[in-house]
Amino acid sequence: MSASTLRIALVGNPNSGKTALFNLLTGGRQKVANYAGVTIERKEGRFVAPSGRVMQVLDLPGAYSFDAVSPDEQITRDVLEGRYPGEAVPDLVVCVADATNLRLHLRFLLELKQLGRPVVLALNMMDAAKKRGIFIDVPELQKRLGVPVVETVAVRRGGARALIERVDGDLPVVSSNRSGVQDNDLHAEVRTILAAAVRMPRATAAVDDAIDRVVLHPVAGLAILATVMFLVFQAVYALGKPLTDLIGDGFDALGSQLALWLPAGPLQGLVVEGLCGGLGTVLGFLPQILVLFFFILTLEESGYLPRAAFLLDRMMVSVGLTGRSFIPLLSSFACAIPGIMGTRTITDPRDRLATIMVAPLMTCSARLPVYALLIAAFIPAYPVLGVFNLQGLVLFALYAAGILGAMLVGWVMKRIRRDRSEHALLMELPAYRMPKARDIAIGLYERGMVFLKRLTGVILALTVLMWALSSFPAPPAGAAGPAIDYSFAGYLGRGLAHVFAPIGFNWQMSIALIPAFAARETAVAALATVYAVGGDAVGAGLGQALVGNISLASALSLLVWFAYAPQCMSTLAVIKRETDSWRNVAISFGYMFAMAYAASFVTYQVARMFT
Amino acid sequence: MTQPPVRLSELPNATRAVVRSVDDAHVSDPVARRLRDLGFVAGEPVRVVACGPFGGDPLLVQIGHTRFALRRREAARVAVTVESVT
Repeated sequence: MSASTLRIALVGNPNSGKTALFNLLTGGRQKVANYAGVTIERKEGRFVAPSGRVMQVLDLPGAYSFDAVSPDEQITRDVLEGRYPGEAVPDLVVCVADATNLRLHLRFLLELKQLGRPVVLALNMMDAAKKRGIFIDVPELQKRLGVPVVETVAVRRGGARALIERVDGDLPVVSSNRSGVQDNDLHAEVRTILAAAVRMPRATAAVDDAIDRVVLHPVAGLAILATVMFLVFQAVYALGKPLTDLIGDGFDALGSQLALWLPAGPLQGLVVEGLCGGLGTVLGFLPQILVLFFFILTLEESGYLPRAAFLLDRMMVSVGLTGRSFIPLLSSFACAIPGIMGTRTITDPRDRLATIMVAPLMTCSARLPVYALLIAAFIPAYPVLGVFNLQGLVLFALYAAGILGAMLVGWVMKRIRRDRSEHALLMELPAYRMPKARDIAIGLYERGMVFLKRLTGVILALTVLMWALSSFPAPPAGAAGPAIDYSFAGYLGRGLAHVFAPIGFNWQMSIALIPAFAARETAVAALATVYAVGGDAVGAGLGQALVGNISLASALSLLVWFAYAPQCMSTLAVIKRETDSWRNVAISFGYMFAMAYAASFVTYQVARMFT
Repeated sequence: MTQPPVRLSELPNATRAVVRSVDDAHVSDPVARRLRDLGFVAGEPVRVVACGPFGGDPLLVQIGHTRFALRRREAARVAVTVESVT
């Protein structure tokens, strides 16, 4: 072996800590969490070993066996067998095993050995194993397995030192290749090895058993799940709102200062209302989004999510989904794009497609600015039952509307499809783990940066475009009425308003829907711009401008529209990529448009009767 | 003395048992195959830890050191022997 680059692949059972190890080795920031199937794509990184050799590391999705059943497992198998397009066979395979759960993980190692590639076994989570009193005789294990064995603690700095030293040395010799060993024999071999090299006090951690008795209890478990979900959404409002107001007020003050410096005219409108008012308002929602992510990341890290999936499986089956849909759907509350990609862990193509179809109905964080703006402007901050706030309840109702809509759509899809064959659940429930502050901080940072990039990229560009459309062309000389009536936006908006009048949208709202199709949050900035250029909002906040211009019925209708409306372009693009079918994109867009229109129509007409 | 085999789906909660076999529901049954990969093989101790809240489905099954959520239809493929109380 020359001093050239060494290609290393990290493989192993799901949730054995491959990605944590990858991050530790390469200084990467890939997402880690506590459930099977966090990594759904191959990820690549590199580091320089003490000898100066460059190590190229591949992080692969977890697999239980080479008899791959899901799209993510298939990637792993194809890479290891050298059938993945554009990917050379790795020089060295590092099998990452959870030291607290060796039985299953060692079986995979034995299967891996049959491939005839050099293998190193990394016994990961050694800290947790020692804490539980698990004793592993490493020299004995090494002798019996016939591969080098190193101990690692992927969540601790320096926890991969032994592994780095090992891979930096000579490649391990490939032991005799015995292919065609039966499954039963592999398990029997593992049992013999474990009996000789491992001492285990008990099958699972006692504390896990105790927690599971409560959280999986048929009554208490469901009550806990409902409470957790409800508190998360209340917290988004209670913790995020004051910060949001602070940022909003800050930008308003900045806008008023700038208004004194700039000459009056459309440019002042762009800077003061569009950029400070619109973008500032959108930026203000960053704290609320981060609060939401904090809870999602904490839940992901703790190992609770697969429990929730277990509790809800039967209910999800009755609406044409599966318990496995739960985690992708929950991540869709952050954004439908990672949610839809996360469906790769759903082994069954039919369940996977159903999940992809309903994932955009989960209220993504990009809709939060629109909801929060309208709720703050139109719904009084009324105490309900002493503890809750009417604004928080309306927000909760909108999230619930999305979930109920998804259940309805899933149920309809289940009715109309002909395939009624059996589809398996077979889902591993991991050990509980204390969430690590560092992982959560990294997750929040990554999400915050994504949001800021959107804000300074697509949202900024669309806001400027909206301003241009609302300001040009200038009205003809001697024209009566506001200048915006003669602009492109005015004509376009009035055209669209014919379509949206039955659901109570005025032309300003109608035109704000167009940039919202590129990025939901832009609806806020677009409304700010249109009203500012129209001369309405100058001096007052966007909220007041809306209250002055649209009725409560229209505002409610707009909220409901955003709960169901066809998703942003990026979501449709990801549906195309994941299902490789334009037909699915068309179905997804079409059903959501119809559903949003119908729901808004009912909301508007009913609300009008009461207001 | 050996007990008669029962289906894992019929095994009462918290009863200790040992896997006898995983039976294919039809020819080349992928679910049965995966169950074997996941460690449902003859001689493995197994027990049902919890049942889902709606209709007692799915089951949470402890096999070896791992816990799996299985639906009753999946669990019905696994034949087990109840461990005789000693």
